[in-house]
Amino acid sequence: MRPVYMVSGGVSKFAKARPDATFQKMVKESFDYAMNDVPKLKHSMIDGSVASYFSDHFTRQLMAGIMAVDYLGLCPKPNKRIEGGGATGGLCFQAAWESVASGRMKVCAAFGFEVMSHVPTWKGNEFIALASDVNFDYPVGGFYSGYYAMMVNRHMHEFGTTVEQLAMVSVKNHMNAYGNPYAQKRRKLTIADVRNSTMVAYPLTLLDICVMSDGAATCLLADEETAFKLTDHPVKITGVGTGTDMMRLSDRPHGEVMLAPNEKKSDYKNLKYPGVHSFRAGRAAGLQAYKMAGVTDPLKQIDFVELHDAYTSSEIQTYEDLALCKYGDGGKFVEAGYPFMPQIDYGMKLPKKGTIPVNPSGGLIACGHPVGATGLMQAVFAFWQIQGSIKKHYGDGELQLKKANRGLIHSHAGTGTYVTVSIMERGW
Amino acid sequence: MSPIVIKQPYHIEYLHSYGQDSPFFAGLSNKKLLGTKCPKCDYTWATPRLACTQCGGETDWVELPQTGRVHTFTTCYFGGEEFLKETPFHLVLVEFDGVDTLLLSRLLGPEQPEDIKIGMKIKAKFRRNSQLKPTDVYFVPAE
Repeated sequence: MRPVYMVSGGVSKFAKARPDATFQKMVKESFDYAMNDVPKLKHSMIDGSVASYFSDHFTRQLMAGIMAVDYLGLCPKPNKRIEGGGATGGLCFQAAWESVASGRMKVCAAFGFEVMSHVPTWKGNEFIALASDVNFDYPVGGFYSGYYAMMVNRHMHEFGTTVEQLAMVSVKNHMNAYGNPYAQKRRKLTIADVRNSTMVAYPLTLLDICVMSDGAATCLLADEETAFKLTDHPVKITGVGTGTDMMRLSDRPHGEVMLAPNEKKSDYKNLKYPGVHSFRAGRAAGLQAYKMAGVTDPLKQIDFVELHDAYTSSEIQTYEDLALCKYGDGGKFVEAGYPFMPQIDYGMKLPKKGTIPVNPSGGLIACGHPVGATGLMQAVFAFWQIQGSIKKHYGDGELQLKKANRGLIHSHAGTGTYVTVSIMERGW
Repeated sequence: MSPIVIKQPYHIEYLHSYGQDSPFFAGLSNKKLLGTKCPKCDYTWATPRLACTQCGGETDWVELPQTGRVHTFTTCYFGGEEFLKETPFHLVLVEFDGVDTLLLSRLLGPEQPEDIKIGMKIKAKFRRNSQLKPTDVYFVPAE
């Protein structure tokens, strides 16, 4: 395999509804943004593309991928559609990486979108819940927020995690998004606001849960030679990992923890793993990516993380999967202040001042979750952080991290059925 | 100009087959809770699967106990459109003695989520008129 770099990225503004544009137009907006950022990249130099969107139900248009490709003017070059629930964007990013790493393409465009406003929210919930076993799960619950609420209730039972710790994640991510013009929800909240908002699935409230969105994102990936011709600041993709797990939450077995390089067997004497409190697929993806990128101590070697926070609870669970802290310590990890941005005032007293910012963009909770675009959106925001170009793209540099040489992006489907982790580093 | 938005009704009657899982649903009609067990590994699934994930072999149908414990739970105040009219409802993952995996079901009886405790004993009840759905079984507190 040869080295692969991200050379540019773009996102459309994420919004509740975009009746002014079809999905092709939204993809084009993000694609044009990315193209304009690397003027030396000519349209003719793109060898092919990968399309990312989750649900045919939302678009009510089969083969939507090719319609975006022809709108972008990328026919008759290669394209395929990637689909894997919430992890669709992350899988798409990695599929584009594979196209370049294998030598098949010099430049590959990864684009993704979702148009979730075409049905009312409750119908949207139903469509999303069809991504659970339709013999045994959908007809009983039919609601992803319910599945995640069951997971976090067990997490709270096993580890003593509190609802206030969950709420801190929401306060953090909404506040981070306050400075991100692409985010759907930019709000200054308190823990009380989160807890007092409408209960959706006990103990998760409306502000613990991401929203549905319309939006698109594009990443442009290239081989080393082309990357340095196009930009002085390419970002190298140094690690990729993908994990899977059983679709039915109820089937998750009880075995031993897969240990991260910074952990010992004795750390988890009595922990039944993954149970319903942890994501084995997330751990598997993380360990693969760490191995490939040479990361042995993630907390010290990674500068920031953009992870799939569809729920405040899943952000806490994911700290643990990624070995940012030990299994069970996710609640304490956020309470201590580690995943906050050091330069932002959250209106809370935090013991530690943000050592490893998580979701500096605002994450899914605040940016929105147009499923097929989400994993790619994270790559774009991480790319800008590492390039040091946040001010240029956001119009304000407040969210620029001082040290952002190595970032981790994480995309997650189902109740942890597909998870991808990719590691991006300063390439110049 | 401002965008033109039209409504498009979309209704389908699916002929959904439970396939190899059918005996589970037949079992519910007969007030039996069926899981599966691998004859080689002894691994037992509360939610049946006809192939063993450990060895790939074919599993056998076994009858599950009709009492268990709450492994975890939630109360859904909202849901997918199809279930909105049933809210609020409690979901539980049921754990059974001697069974390796869990079963997703509804819990009836308790009013508030605060009334449900992880580890509490619950027992199976069956709907009188089977709808051939997994909700033909539900659980209630056993004590």
